[in-house]
Amino acid sequence: MTDTPLIKVEHLKVYFPITSGVLQRKSGEVRAVDDVSFEILRGKTVGLVGESGSGKTTIGRALIRLIEPTDGHIFYKGEEITRLSAKEFRPYRKKIQIIFQDPYNSLNPRLTIADIVGEALEIHFPRMTRLQRRSRVADLLAKVGLKPEHLDRYPHEFSGGQRQRIGIARALAVEPEFIVCDEPVSALDVSVQAQIVNLLQDLQEELGLTYLFIAHDLAVVEHISDFVLVMNRGKIVEAATAEEIYTHPQDDYTRKLLDAVPKL
Amino acid sequence: MTSNLFRQILQRPTGVLCAALLAVLYLIAIFAAVISPYAPSDQNLAKTYHPPTGLVWHDGRLCVRVYKLVDPTEALYRAEPDRLAPVHFWAKSAPYKLWGFIPMEHRLFGVDSAERIYLLGSDSTGRDVFSRLLYGSQVSLSIGLIGIFITTVIGVTVGGLSGYFGGPLDNVTMRLTELLMAVPDLYLIIALRAALSAYFDSGQIFLLIVGILSFIGWSGTARVIRGLTLSLRNRPFIHAAEALGQTPFVILWKHLFPNLLGYLIVTSTLSIPGYILGEAALSFLGIGIQEPSTSWGLMLSQAQDMKVFMLNFWWLLTPGLAIFVTVILFNALGDVLRDIVDPKLKTQV
Repeated sequence: MTDTPLIKVEHLKVYFPITSGVLQRKSGEVRAVDDVSFEILRGKTVGLVGESGSGKTTIGRALIRLIEPTDGHIFYKGEEITRLSAKEFRPYRKKIQIIFQDPYNSLNPRLTIADIVGEALEIHFPRMTRLQRRSRVADLLAKVGLKPEHLDRYPHEFSGGQRQRIGIARALAVEPEFIVCDEPVSALDVSVQAQIVNLLQDLQEELGLTYLFIAHDLAVVEHISDFVLVMNRGKIVEAATAEEIYTHPQDDYTRKLLDAVPKL
Repeated sequence: MTSNLFRQILQRPTGVLCAALLAVLYLIAIFAAVISPYAPSDQNLAKTYHPPTGLVWHDGRLCVRVYKLVDPTEALYRAEPDRLAPVHFWAKSAPYKLWGFIPMEHRLFGVDSAERIYLLGSDSTGRDVFSRLLYGSQVSLSIGLIGIFITTVIGVTVGGLSGYFGGPLDNVTMRLTELLMAVPDLYLIIALRAALSAYFDSGQIFLLIVGILSFIGWSGTARVIRGLTLSLRNRPFIHAAEALGQTPFVILWKHLFPNLLGYLIVTSTLSIPGYILGEAALSFLGIGIQEPSTSWGLMLSQAQDMKVFMLNFWWLLTPGLAIFVTVILFNALGDVLRDIVDPKLKTQV
C-alpha cells in the first residue's frame, strides 16, 4: 500500500449563484461547500456528518462530478481530476460510484432490475454479450443478498431495503474502488438500516472498497467509519477518529449533534 | 406498459366503445375504395341533389327504389311506386386500384349501371355523398395521426433537449415556442398557406396541411415536455445514470422518454381532434384539400350553399356529423386514457 491517499480534497469550494431580475443577473451566492480539505485512505471509510443543508451531499456529488466545483482540487490517487472534461473523466466513472439516499427515486420505475444493473455493464463492458451481462447481474444480486429470480422484476415490487441493495449492486457493477454513500440508510427502517450497513461493511472487506459515508446520524457513522468529518454550514468543524469524536468532542456543534442521538 | 394500457382500456365500457368505434372508422377509411359503390369523382348530371334512395326488401332480396325527377328547379325527386333496382353484392364495377396498386373490378355492393344507389344522396353534380364521405375519411382520419406523430417527435426532441441541457439552448427554443404560441393559430395557418404556391396536386396539399398544422402544434408539446423533463432531470435515477457515464442521448431515450410515455399517449389522443378540425377549417376556407380529391372539410364547404338550407338537402351535411362523431370519440378515449394514466401521470410509482 502506498502513502498516496485514494482521494484527496484540497480547498474545495462549491458556490451556487443566486440570480434575480429579468436578466438573471447574479445577486449573490450560496456557499454550499466552503474551503473543505480532507483525505481518504485506500480501504478505509470516512464518515461525513452534519445537519441538513450543511453541504455534505454537495461534497459527495462534487466528487463524482454531478456538480462542478467552483474552486479547489480533487485528487484521485494523486492525479488531479477536478478540471477534466466529461470525456477525460469517463475512465473515473468506472472507479468512483455513488449510492443514493432515496431508494424509491434512484431506480428508474420503467426498467427491470436486469436493465438497471446491466446498464452499468453496457457502458463500461461493451463487449459483454447479453447472456454474459445477465449472469453477471445475477452474481451481483447474489452479492447484495438478492435472488436471480428478481432479475425481471420492476423496482416497485421491492421494499425500501431491497431497493437499496439493488442500488448497491448497480454501483458495484463497474467494479469501483471508491463509493460515495450518500445517506444510504437515512430513508430506511431502523431494522433494515443495520442490515444495509453490515452489507456495506462485508462488501468493503471482500472487495477492498473505500467509502465516503455521508449521514446525519452520528450513531450509524460511528459504527462504520474509521475517521469522521463533522460539517456545519459548508465547513468542516471537526475531524478525528470515530472513537475520539464520540468520547472527546472538541467542537460545540459536534457536541450538539451527539446530544441529538437518541438514547435508549 | 403499452400492453397494460390497452388491457385497462378494455376494462372500461367507454374505453371499449370508443376504441371499437374508432377502429371501425379507420377500417372503413382503409377499405373505402371497396366499400363505396362509386368513385369519388363519378358524376351524374341527370341526378343532382338526389335524396337518399330508399331501401326495401322485395322478393327475398334487397332493392333500392327508383326515383323520378319531378321538378328540376327545386330538385324534387319522387319515388316511382313500382320500380325497384336490385342491390348486388360484390358487384362488378369500372376497374380501379385499391391503395393505388391493387387492381380491382368489384365493389362491395352496387346496382345495375342504369340506376344509382345513393345511400346518403348526391351532391350538385350527382356524385354519391356516401362514397365521397368514405374517401374523404382517408384524408380526415389520417391527417390527425400523421400530424400528431410529427408534432410529438419534434416536441419531445426539442422539449427533452432543452429541459435536459438547459442554458442558452433552453432559452432560444422556449422563446421560439412562445413566438409561435403568441400568434393566433388560424391566422398563422392561413398566412403560411398563402405564403406558398396557390395550387398543388392533392398529395402535395395533404403533406402541406400536415406540415403546417404540425409546425404550429409542436410548441405546446415541447413546452410541457420541457417542464416534465426538468422535474425528472433531478430524480436520483437520472443522476445515477450520469454517474455511470451514460451519454445524454441515451439518458433521454432510455430514462426520460419511457417516463413521459403515459403523458404523451394521453395528450396525443386529446389533440388529434385539433388536426381533424384544422384540416376541415382549411378545406372549408378553400385553401386545403381541393377537387377532385375529397375530404370532410371540403365537402362541408361545398354544402355552404343557400340552396342546401332552403331546399333541405340535409344529406350534404353528413360530413359535419362524421367530424363531430370522430372528434367526440377521440376526446372520450383521451379522457379514459387520462383516467388510467392518472393525474400524477404515473411518473411516480
